[in-house]
Amino acid sequence: MFGPARRKTDPLPAWARILVWLAPLALTALAGCASRNDLYVLLPGKNGKIGALTVESEGKKRTLDSPYAAARVKNVGSVDGFTTSEAKVKQDFGPALAAQPKRPVSFFLYFLADTDEFAPESKALVGQIFAEIARRPAPEIVIIGHTDRVGAQHYNDVLSLRRAERCRDELLKLGIPKVRITVAGRGEREPEVPTADEVAEPRNRRVEISVR
Amino acid sequence: MKARFIALMLPMVLALGVAVAAAQDAGQIKVSKGSAQIERAGKKLSANVGQVVQPGDVVITGSDGSVGITFRDNSLVSIGPDSVLAIDRFVFDSTTHQGAFDSSLKQGTLAVVSGKLAKQSPEAMKVKTPAAILGVRGTEFLVRTGPAKD
Repeated sequence: MFGPARRKTDPLPAWARILVWLAPLALTALAGCASRNDLYVLLPGKNGKIGALTVESEGKKRTLDSPYAAARVKNVGSVDGFTTSEAKVKQDFGPALAAQPKRPVSFFLYFLADTDEFAPESKALVGQIFAEIARRPAPEIVIIGHTDRVGAQHYNDVLSLRRAERCRDELLKLGIPKVRITVAGRGEREPEVPTADEVAEPRNRRVEISVR
Repeated sequence: MKARFIALMLPMVLALGVAVAAAQDAGQIKVSKGSAQIERAGKKLSANVGQVVQPGDVVITGSDGSVGITFRDNSLVSIGPDSVLAIDRFVFDSTTHQGAFDSSLKQGTLAVVSGKLAKQSPEAMKVKTPAAILGVRGTEFLVRTGPAKD
């Protein structure tokens, strides 16, 4: 093997073959060190609600479902749970948190039954809506119509969109640029007051003006 | 009185510039600090306030950069310095609230307040990193991803 009798079909000298044998051991040793610096954190919601976040790395899965529940992934395929804190989160994520856009704000205008006529008290809201628009960078206005549950779903989809368009026309008259406004009709899908089908409910006949 | 109020407000509203919000847009940049860019179809655009974000865009920040985006479903997504975020898919039906929002944080930090898509169905929003995939159920969360420091 060491002499000139070495077979030509064996391309590796002995020292190289030893390295090949050792390579898996070396990789195992490396895997003991962290290869990633990944961190995942569930925050308490601003509205007091908390949802859930599942973190899955190559089949290993962990669900975060309490405030400041966190998971580290130091190597792909390992997910270690722990709890972090508000102060630590500010250190780790300060600039990303500071760059969060303002939360959208909604105003509600109410309508007379089966019409696109405003209830009288809703007209006063327009000034507040203008002030909110002026406070925001690159403001967008989303006008979303809703109905009560009287009538078929498709009829209410159309009615809710008509209510939203009626509102848009009012805002356009006041000088808000058309390109900043989008309209949507949610029909009877999102009642403010849940009711049985075919129940007339004034509080569900409304248009939401979301400023974001 | 009301007319004067509107007369005061109107120039402010108009001065904010014109960005056309079309149905295929995913969202709009609301906050931008330091160096920040959008890569779209091989071109680099500066990630200014008011810039529209589309599916397929990659948002990139430098060492002093950060960007905040409001998506059409009211998801709020922001990234910190040295971050790369790809908007893989964004579909949102404003009547039914059905659709899908997939994004990938390739490196850096990310803060998310989920919106109407995640509220409507728990499978609608997915965030990927090189090491993990996240499922979102109506919530606020943070992500950091990158190689271990020496």
